[in-house]
Amino acid sequence: MNEDAGPIFRQVAELIETAIVDGSLPEESQAPSTNELAAFHRINPATAAKGLNQLVADGVLYKRRGVGMFAATGAREQVLKRRRSEFAAQYVRPLMTEARKLGISPQELTSMIDGWEDRR
Amino acid sequence: MEVFGRSPFEDDVTLAGICFVKEGQRYPDAFRVRDAISAASWLFPHWDADLAEGLLDDFELPRRRAIKSLSRGMNSAVGIVIGLASRAPLTLFDEPYLGLDAVARQLFYDRLLADYATHPRTVVLSTHLIEEISDLLEHVVLIDRGRVLLDDTAERLRGDALTVSGPRSAVEAFGRGREVLHAETLGGAARAIVRIDGPADEAAALDAGLAAEPTPLQRLVVELARSSRAAEPAPALLEEVPR
Repeated sequence: MNEDAGPIFRQVAELIETAIVDGSLPEESQAPSTNELAAFHRINPATAAKGLNQLVADGVLYKRRGVGMFAATGAREQVLKRRRSEFAAQYVRPLMTEARKLGISPQELTSMIDGWEDRR
Repeated sequence: MEVFGRSPFEDDVTLAGICFVKEGQRYPDAFRVRDAISAASWLFPHWDADLAEGLLDDFELPRRRAIKSLSRGMNSAVGIVIGLASRAPLTLFDEPYLGLDAVARQLFYDRLLADYATHPRTVVLSTHLIEEISDLLEHVVLIDRGRVLLDDTAERLRGDALTVSGPRSAVEAFGRGREVLHAETLGGAARAIVRIDGPADEAAALDAGLAAEPTPLQRLVVELARSSRAAEPAPALLEEVPR
């Protein structure tokens, strides 16, 4: 896993959340198992289990006894809501720090963002 | 010392639950690969013969070859096959990778992980190749010159030290009152490995305008060993580890 991106179990949880957000893991479909995650990411199964359990505690996944873990109904909306609330700290802060370092004003930054949108 | 709540010394019950694979394991001169495998199958009550056969194929070990004619890497692979197929509740690998190339080592890690997932047990692995196994570890004990420098969960160690970089004055200010394991400067810029006390310290570094990232385990091990050696130089050139 990525050495620079915090605890591995959280990275595992975030990857599953991302799959829920981008639709590759639709709600009410089965999430990868502990062992599948461990083998795929080459991590300790206990770490993979911790990532899954965090998502269960958050209500993003739920357990079906003897079957496995499933994405909960409403999980996508829940993850989106949390990620939007974290967006400023995660992305805007480093953007502003770098802009200030380079002497780019907030106005210039705004017009850059507008220009970027037009290009799409 | 107790293993499984009993003294292991000359205790057949305890010893049957332990498999010890050491680097450069010697076998009787006449042993072929398959002799070592069948001897191990008698020794370990949880032995899985199918797993052993699969691993012999994976590591491309010739079953009829005399072990003493094997290369170092192949000799190590025999130990790995025995260690994994023993399924011993306590399996000790003492630097099992001697002479194994990167492909074979990855094969070992993959097979270990896969089998551990279906048959959880305690696996103790001593290694100098920290970086390539750091994600597999649950608990880390760092021993340098007979002294325990670290004994903690791998996860806590990932958050134990922060590598901060930025203007020299800001790096120095952040290091004040904290344990600095390593620091270097380049002109007006500096980088330091600083032990921290949780996410609040990381936020403090970011607020001070520093770039901050977790310190990889290998780097942490190197710096801890280095600062411990600097604090207490070895008394003699060839120091025996006290037993």
